[in-house]
Amino acid sequence: MKILHWVAIPFVAGALGTTAWAALMPVQFGSREELFEIPEGTWARRMSGDKVEILPSEVRLVLGVHDVLLLRNLDDVPQVFGPTIMMPGQSFRLPFELASSYQFACTAHASGQMTVVVEPPLLSPWARLRWRATSLWRSLA
Amino acid sequence: MALHVIRTILLLAALLLGAASALADDGETLKAGVFDPARAAPDFALAGSDGSELKLSRYRGKVVLLGFGFTSCIAVCPITLGTLAAAHKKLGARGNDVQVVYVTVDPERDDAPRMKKYLAAFDPTFIGGTGSDAQLAAVRKDYGIAAEKVAGPDGSYTHSSFVYLIDREGLLRALMPYGHPAEDYIHDIGILLASP
Repeated sequence: MKILHWVAIPFVAGALGTTAWAALMPVQFGSREELFEIPEGTWARRMSGDKVEILPSEVRLVLGVHDVLLLRNLDDVPQVFGPTIMMPGQSFRLPFELASSYQFACTAHASGQMTVVVEPPLLSPWARLRWRATSLWRSLA
Repeated sequence: MALHVIRTILLLAALLLGAASALADDGETLKAGVFDPARAAPDFALAGSDGSELKLSRYRGKVVLLGFGFTSCIAVCPITLGTLAAAHKKLGARGNDVQVVYVTVDPERDDAPRMKKYLAAFDPTFIGGTGSDAQLAAVRKDYGIAAEKVAGPDGSYTHSSFVYLIDREGLLRALMPYGHPAEDYIHDIGILLASP
């Protein structure tokens, strides 16, 4: 029983430490931009029957830290990408200033829609904890 | 003493330059999504709601706000057009250098007189564009606009709800997503009007 007790202590301490870190450490990204690129040769791959999905039907951003959608067409033909059409070599940089769910008509997706969810700034420990837990859950799902 | 004065002048000049460049950088940031590099906005020739041929090139020298929708729309279009009308009004005299162009996705119902009446309810300077199915489909393709008729008795459409911002030189500079307030349009139009 005592051995079990000593084994449990590090686990509990670790869980508490991780929770405290997740709640207290500010959420940071390397850049405020979420970048999606159409690689060169995408059109040719699509023409040959390859199903190429680049942009997810839902993009999640966080206001204040990661709130700019950046799309870039590196292919050599115009592409409908996200909400708009982009010429070869062109990029499209869309900043968000309001937390909300943004719907864009997008023919590149089977649903015909693309959603950008912009979450409010993660100011409180609870908000950071919840955001990290949800992100972990989504990445595992 | 002279060295001291020169040093102070150089310091002040550096500070002023820094402040000016910070202001310039800040002033260049649009609220809308920005295309880089900007490309020439594809021109078109449609029937204008004012009875004449509607060509985008007709408005070279003005900032053009180009949107797509239909007059029977009860959800998105009235809000977008109301926002554009509010922005246009608030711009005052500067609004003379701004033209709103609204192209229909519903040619079956939206003829030129109907568009004129509908748009005038928001702002009599707004111009509508209509044409054949094929003409409008070509314009939508050029601008990457999605529009699809919804099955049902009211003949509604789902369609792209953003507004393109085209500068005085006819370059397609930016895309304002649906839902931005009039102040954001005024901010961006101000930048586009000021750019050479």
